[in-house]
Amino acid sequence: MYKISKSKMPELLALIAGKMDLFLPVDNNGTVNFGLWTEDARVDLDTLKTVKSPKDAFFPQSEVLYSCYRKAKKTTIEPAALKDAPFAVFGVRPCDVRAFEVLDKVFLSEPADVYYAARREHGIVVSLACHEPEESCFCKVFGIDAAEPSADVAMWQTGEEYCWEAKTEKGENLTALVVSLLEACEDTQAVEEEKAKIRDLVDRMPNSHLSLEGWGQGKTKERFDDPRWKELSDACLGCGTCTFSCPTCQCYDIKDFNTGNGVQRYRCWDSCMYSDFTMMAGGNNRTTQMQRFRQRFMHKLVYFPDNNDGMYSCVGCGRCVEKCPQSLNIVKVIKRMGGTK
Amino acid sequence: MCNCGSEEKKNALLPQVGVITDIRRETPDVKTFRIVRPDGKKLFEHMPGQCAMLCVPGVGEALFSITSSPTNKEYQEFSIKECGCVTNYLHNMEVGDEVMVRGPYGNHFPVETVLKGQNLLFIAGGIGLAPLRSVINYVLDNRDNYGTVDIVYGSRSADDLVQLKEIQEVWMKAKDVNVYLTIDREQEGWDGHVGFVPAYVKELNMTTDKTALICGPPIMIKFVLQGLQELGFDKTQVYTTLELRMKCGIGKCGRCNIGSKYVCKDGPVFRCDEIDELPNEY
Repeated sequence: MYKISKSKMPELLALIAGKMDLFLPVDNNGTVNFGLWTEDARVDLDTLKTVKSPKDAFFPQSEVLYSCYRKAKKTTIEPAALKDAPFAVFGVRPCDVRAFEVLDKVFLSEPADVYYAARREHGIVVSLACHEPEESCFCKVFGIDAAEPSADVAMWQTGEEYCWEAKTEKGENLTALVVSLLEACEDTQAVEEEKAKIRDLVDRMPNSHLSLEGWGQGKTKERFDDPRWKELSDACLGCGTCTFSCPTCQCYDIKDFNTGNGVQRYRCWDSCMYSDFTMMAGGNNRTTQMQRFRQRFMHKLVYFPDNNDGMYSCVGCGRCVEKCPQSLNIVKVIKRMGGTK
Repeated sequence: MCNCGSEEKKNALLPQVGVITDIRRETPDVKTFRIVRPDGKKLFEHMPGQCAMLCVPGVGEALFSITSSPTNKEYQEFSIKECGCVTNYLHNMEVGDEVMVRGPYGNHFPVETVLKGQNLLFIAGGIGLAPLRSVINYVLDNRDNYGTVDIVYGSRSADDLVQLKEIQEVWMKAKDVNVYLTIDREQEGWDGHVGFVPAYVKELNMTTDKTALICGPPIMIKFVLQGLQELGFDKTQVYTTLELRMKCGIGKCGRCNIGSKYVCKDGPVFRCDEIDELPNEY
C-alpha cells in the first residue's frame, strides 16, 4: 500500500493527465460532475455524489456510432473510431463502481457492444472510499461495501493523506506511472480505522437496512399487478431525472444527425419514463405513467435480477432520492411494496 | 465498403449497404422489397421468423420481419406497410436505390426441431402474413419433412391480401396444401369467404392434430388463440410472433421487454404458453 498527502494530489493528477485522459469530479459553478482534467479545472474529491453518475466515461450521454455518406447514389459507411488509448476515471465511489459491473452485464453480454467494450478495456477506475456517507445512501442494501471499493485502484482518505492500493494489473500499471509521488505505507492502521468509521456511519444511515423481501428473481407475477403501483406513481411527472442521474440506467435511442455533408448515426440516453419510449405505428404498450413507472422499478428490482443471476440493477447511490422533484424514489417503492424494516 | 470483414461483423449495430433490386406493390399500402448486397450476393443467412433492421440515413431505422424463405439463396424480401417515417420513405424508393441493413435478429420458428413432422396450421391477418410467408415457403421447399399444411389468411378487403399472386399460383397448387382466404366485408367481385379470421378458423373446425402458427394484429391473435382453445388446441401447440418498438435489436436499448423477456432477442417467436408467463403488457 502507498500514501500521498492531500497537498501533493494536484501533482499526481497532472502526472496522470500528462499520460492519458483523466476524468474526475470537477466543480463547475457549484455543480460537481465528472469531467476531463484541465490545468484550471476545480477538482473536487470531497463532494460525495456527483450530480450525474460517472457512467458517461464508458457510456456517454451521446456518441456517434458511424457516419454515412452518399455520393452518386452510392452509400459508404464509416464506423466511428473505437477508444484505443488508456484513460483514467478517478474518484469513483464504490456504488458507482458496482454500477459499471451492472452496465457490463448489459453491454458485454453477447453480442457485445464494441463501443462500450473498447472503453472498458482501456479505462482504469480509481475508486475513493466514502469518507462521509450521506442520508440518501443505501448501497449496503445491495451488498456494496462503501469502505472497500472493488476498482483497479482503491483510495481512502485518512486525515491529510490518501492511502492508495492497486487491486488489479491495470491498477499496478497506473501505480507504476505515479510511484515517484507515492510514499510506501506499511502501517495499515489508519486505513482500517477509516474503514471501520465508514462502516459504522453507513450502518446508521436511515435506509441501510431496507429489506428486499418480495423483490428479486421470479417475483414478476407477485409484484406486477400490485394496486400500489397506482398510488406510488400518481405524482410522477415523467421528467426522466431519475433515469438520467442513475448510474445503471442504460436505455438508449438511436438517431440521425444530418451534418450537411453526410449523416451521423448516434445513440443517446433515453428514458423509459417518456411517453413515446415504446410508441410505434402499431400502438403503444405502455400508455400510462403508472406503466412506465412500474417498468423502471420492476426492471431494477425483478427483471434485471431474473436475467443476471439475482443481481439488482440498483446500487443505492441515492441520486434519484435527492433529485426527484416529486420526492418519488426507489426507496419508497421498496418500502411500500416489499419489506417494511 | 465491404462489410464481410471479421472486424466489422463484430459490431452488431453497424449496418451493411443493401440494394433494392425489385419492388412489388401488394396492396394500396404494402410493398415488397427485394434487397441484396451491392455485389449481388445475399445479405446474410437467416431463419424463418427472424427480423432485420432497415436503415435510411437521415430518416431512421425500423425492424421488419424477413418475409422471404431461407431456402431462397439469392435475396431477402421484406413486405412493408406504409405507416410511419421510415416506411413512407421506403415506399418512395426505387429499384436501384440503396438502403442499409443490419441483422438478422431474434429467434425463429422451430422449423428444424419441434415443427418437423408436424401438421401445420398457419393463421395470418393482413400484413401478419409477412413473417409466416417465410415459414410457409421454407416448409414447401422441404415438403417431405412436414405433414399437412393448412393456411387461413384474411384481410380487410380483397385488395389488402398480401402476396396474392404467390398464394394463388404456388400455394393453392401445391400438393397437400389447403388455403382458406377470407375478407372482413362483402365486396364486389369476391366470391370467397367473408368474415373475420378468428370466426373462420372456428368455422373450419380445424382438428387438434396440428401445430398452429399465428401472426396478425394483437386483437386477432388474442381471438384466434381463444378460438383454437375452444377447438381443443393446447397453448403449447400454438406459436406466434410479437412486435414491440425496438432500437438496437440486440437486447440492450431497453424498450421491447415484456417482463424479463426482450422481444428482439428472446423473441419475436413465442409459444403461447410462454406468453402466458409474461405480464400483460404487450
